[in-house]
Amino acid sequence: MTEKTVTDSVTGPAPLVVLSGVDKHFGALHVLQDINLEIARGEVVVLIGPSGSGKSTLCRTINRLETIDAGTVLIDGRPLPAEGKALAELRAEVGMVFQSFNLFAHKTVLENVVLGQVKVRKVKRPEAEATARELLERVGVGAQADKYPAQLSGGQQQRVAIARALAMKPKVMLFDEPTSALDPEMVNEVLEVMRSLAAEGMTMVVVTHEMGFARSAANRVLFMADGRIVEENTPEAFFTAPRTDRAKDFLSKILHH
Amino acid sequence: MGVLFEDGNLALFRDGFLRTVELSAVSAVLALLLGIVLAAFRVSPVPALRVFGTVWVNIFRNTPLTLLFFAVTFGLPRLDVHLDSFTFAVIALSAYTGSFVCEVLRAGINTVPLGQAEAARSLGMGFGQTLGLVILPQAVRSVMSPMSSIFIALPRNSAVAGAFSVAELYNWQQTMTDKGYAIFGIFFWVALAYLCISFSVQQLFSFAEKRMAVAR
Repeated sequence: MTEKTVTDSVTGPAPLVVLSGVDKHFGALHVLQDINLEIARGEVVVLIGPSGSGKSTLCRTINRLETIDAGTVLIDGRPLPAEGKALAELRAEVGMVFQSFNLFAHKTVLENVVLGQVKVRKVKRPEAEATARELLERVGVGAQADKYPAQLSGGQQQRVAIARALAMKPKVMLFDEPTSALDPEMVNEVLEVMRSLAAEGMTMVVVTHEMGFARSAANRVLFMADGRIVEENTPEAFFTAPRTDRAKDFLSKILHH
Repeated sequence: MGVLFEDGNLALFRDGFLRTVELSAVSAVLALLLGIVLAAFRVSPVPALRVFGTVWVNIFRNTPLTLLFFAVTFGLPRLDVHLDSFTFAVIALSAYTGSFVCEVLRAGINTVPLGQAEAARSLGMGFGQTLGLVILPQAVRSVMSPMSSIFIALPRNSAVAGAFSVAELYNWQQTMTDKGYAIFGIFFWVALAYLCISFSVQQLFSFAEKRMAVAR
């Protein structure tokens, strides 16, 4: 079913993320069916597909927020451990950005970005604060550092969430529908940050409905339906000449309006 | 009413009052710590800890406090644990109150959106860090009001200790009654003292609630 395509991405010595034979059920629903996927260092992979196709679940299996029934997930050559200290350590290497931001509501913006560095990476506090301010500046919310998340707009909150994930110096960043909860005028400010990350060579897995972003920033587009990767291709090839009927049908529904 | 100002009763009253405050304060601190540990057990991924927490809460929350005082005061010496009556009272009160604290905290934990824990775990925090740094601080904020009820009830519950030879406020009432003073005057002063303590606890909580309020 899966069609292999040569991508124009940077090819490192070994793929950074490898999923092989990944299977998952939610009760009777077979949400992930025999997923095989390799993501190279510096590659930007965009997951698209109709809702319920398993793309968010696939994204969340990469840092084991979703457990899997069968198969293996390798991050930088190491298999994802079961619950415990080893899993926590590996999660620190994988940045995650959520649809609903999930900033810590009781901490200031600065504290949100400092917390993981100090408590997980054991970075000294002044150093962590300097890193945090630098990152907040980079995503354009430096002036909001001392506010609480609820005082920020959705777009600002999501950019803080990206800074929080980046503060851990992750090897790969996962974005689970990062702009779906945003007002339309705030979508671009978040996508801009993601584009610049991609341009800097960050390895990224992005679940999104933003086809413009997929076209301009992705190295590879994966189209999912019913728990399978139905089609994968370069964005250019995928959007101009989708090969499967499912993909044609999906694109005709979202691109013509 | 004059009972307070005769025959050195005031000094006894003051000692009783301070003893009640001391008993309540020590028990409150222990109950809070115990409640946090029990709540952590009840939401822990380890089944054995969850069972322990559930059993503890079911036993101590459902036992009448007086019965618990009997069990501690007469049961522990049989197990060769010999302590003074104040310590026995602290054990009974904090074991009892801790189970209530646990359940209120657990309710608070359930109000914190799941995404908060997912974000913490994604950053590489373990169970303890996620709970202690992210979940509990937010959980506590949402249950300050039921929590204050527990700690207002604690000093009043501590009156049971008076019947188990701790020389606190309620015990002073017994002494005065034995001395033959009119019952109304005695109870007036005792009630006033409890009211002062309860009111102070309430003020403390409403101050803390305002300080900790965070917009969501």
